[in-house]
Amino acid sequence: MSSKNLIQIDHDACIFCRKCVRACPVSALKAEDRKIVVTEDCNLCTMCIGACPVGAIRMQRPTGKKAGGSIWVFVQCEDGHPLSVSLELIGRARELADGNGGEVIALVMEDGNPQFLQELIAHGADCVLCCSSRGSTGRQQVPESNVGIDRPQVAGEDFGNDRNQAAGADIASDPEAVALWVCELIKKREPDILLFGATLFGREVAPAVAARIGTGLTADCTGLELDPESGLLLQTRPAFGGNLMATIMCPDHRPQMATVRAGVFPVGSSDPDRKGIVETVPFPEAFRPRRITEKLSGEQTDGYDITAMEKLVVVGRGIGSKKNLPLMREFARKIGAGLGCSRPLVEAGWCEYSHQVGQTGHSVAPKLLISVGVSGAVQHLAGIAGAEKIIAINNDEKAPIFRVADYAVVGDCIEIIKAFLEQ
Amino acid sequence: MKILVCVKAVPSSTEVRFDPVTHTIIRDGKQAVINPFDASALECAVQIRQARGAEENQDARESETTQSGPEARVTVLSMGIPDTVRLLRDCLARGADDALLLSDRAFAGADTLATSYSLACAIRKIGLPDLIICGKMAVDGDTAQIGPELAAALDIPAVTGVKQIVEVSEDVVTVLRESDSGDERVTVLRKNAVACGGETVKKPKPVLLTVAREAASPRMPSIAGIRAAKEKNIPIYTAADIDADPERTGLKGSPTQVVRTFSPEKKKECVMIGGSVAEQAAAIGRILQEEL
Repeated sequence: MSSKNLIQIDHDACIFCRKCVRACPVSALKAEDRKIVVTEDCNLCTMCIGACPVGAIRMQRPTGKKAGGSIWVFVQCEDGHPLSVSLELIGRARELADGNGGEVIALVMEDGNPQFLQELIAHGADCVLCCSSRGSTGRQQVPESNVGIDRPQVAGEDFGNDRNQAAGADIASDPEAVALWVCELIKKREPDILLFGATLFGREVAPAVAARIGTGLTADCTGLELDPESGLLLQTRPAFGGNLMATIMCPDHRPQMATVRAGVFPVGSSDPDRKGIVETVPFPEAFRPRRITEKLSGEQTDGYDITAMEKLVVVGRGIGSKKNLPLMREFARKIGAGLGCSRPLVEAGWCEYSHQVGQTGHSVAPKLLISVGVSGAVQHLAGIAGAEKIIAINNDEKAPIFRVADYAVVGDCIEIIKAFLEQ
Repeated sequence: MKILVCVKAVPSSTEVRFDPVTHTIIRDGKQAVINPFDASALECAVQIRQARGAEENQDARESETTQSGPEARVTVLSMGIPDTVRLLRDCLARGADDALLLSDRAFAGADTLATSYSLACAIRKIGLPDLIICGKMAVDGDTAQIGPELAAALDIPAVTGVKQIVEVSEDVVTVLRESDSGDERVTVLRKNAVACGGETVKKPKPVLLTVAREAASPRMPSIAGIRAAKEKNIPIYTAADIDADPERTGLKGSPTQVVRTFSPEKKKECVMIGGSVAEQAAAIGRILQEEL
């Protein structure tokens, strides 16, 4: 399939303004003989479509394979509880499945406790596939009923099978093992869609699955819809530090895979009477874990975790001098906030890297962020996109930081903070 | 020990600007730089080589023999337009021993699956190293997928988001990394039993790491390094050179397609806080109380 055929130009509508030619980052559009021509260099970035003032450029939607079928959600657990993002995804998957008549299946690595598996069903899963590290299998209806479905075997004793016992609980936190188990299931049951939370773990496991299966994967999505025409999954994600949104499809490969950012979808309502099936699936083969993990208590760095703060003061070059840092610390302490900084301050040696906010530092999502003397480069804005409310103080009213602020304070940040501390 | 570092050319940070009317990217292809995470990956590799070199010298002094010691070699691999050679030369000046570029029309328009497939083909072609280090993500794409997808394509273990490389040996690779529940120490066992002609032999397996910027701060290239880098030959491989299946590279080999790009809606209304400094400070106090 040639890319140039997917971009279609309506020559009757085209006013030959050539804005598309200038917008094309790979110079794939040529103005020839008063006609715009798409060449083989086109990489389908769709910049031309946005640039066209008369809507004369269209992209032919891929038709793809027939859609419908099951939506799988990988459920990540911590301390025996599913993460909120996993429940959010089950809720969203339920909404999508209700639209196309599909089913929602939750994948769980931990040998389950019934309470928490029930929770997944209550939130919208039709079936929970639970990994058993010891080779037991079975199906059970939840909430329990007397309908004749095989009860699951109690894991362990009956089997005398120790092939994976060394792995035990390690398997659930070993990305290689999880990927192996998920790949095995995909090959047998061919899901249509597979979703992971865009956590550090999800973003380690999902690519390992996608590459082994040979399918597409969209990172860190903030939107999931089904295309009304084709039934395909429309995966929307921020690109270029959040300045541009891109909608991505995976027409010809299955499953359509995405990692999805936490907090995008609400945790839906739960119905404790909802019925579903819990199925235990054995781990596929004698897996020798190669990865040994020890938790550290955080003394390795200076232990400062700005990502966990509810209130955060973020300072930038606008504070003028390193001498003003103690003032900012005092301000942060007074309002009970953490202190973060923009990249130039780390590069100048004023602050530790652990305090750096932004694309190359830490992404933060506090309830309230007070930005002091930060101009707001694209990369910085990408790191604070998760903040609920932003107060920005800067002397330049045109600073990009004000574009994302809820409250804009234009003025000398040092004077304003001093006045705040005096009142 | 062979160490391979994967790098990507990205637009330099100041060059990502948007046309306010059309919302399209204003790009100036000349200003590409090495992805900063990849620069840290290269520095990690060079530091490992230097540490091993120092050990070797010490061993040689102590034993007074000239055995072939644990010498390390750092190779840099990139995929991109031919101009990327300029950045690879910069990598050589910063301490890499060799560099290799994949450049071919057939690679263009690749998503993460096609890119990791192409890189895997090249790595198989030149021979699997002991250690592969990548930046944890690229600042233009932000997917953080190439590292783990490349590891899966090569069927080797990967550890992502490494903050510090603690140990690299024939037996283990030990790192500190950030996990969803705090920092952890991860040890990957390199030796596992491999059946070979009925016998069980132990063969060390490569490990792939993706590193955060705190793993190492990139050094500046030295004058001598820049001079030496000028002389080096940087081979450019095509898809045919690395025996890549043309159906699996570039746009053809990419399952994902961008069907639309648009600028995000402005998320909210902004309230201007005016007045004197004292009034502004008082207003901030009120907002703090209201919002929490």
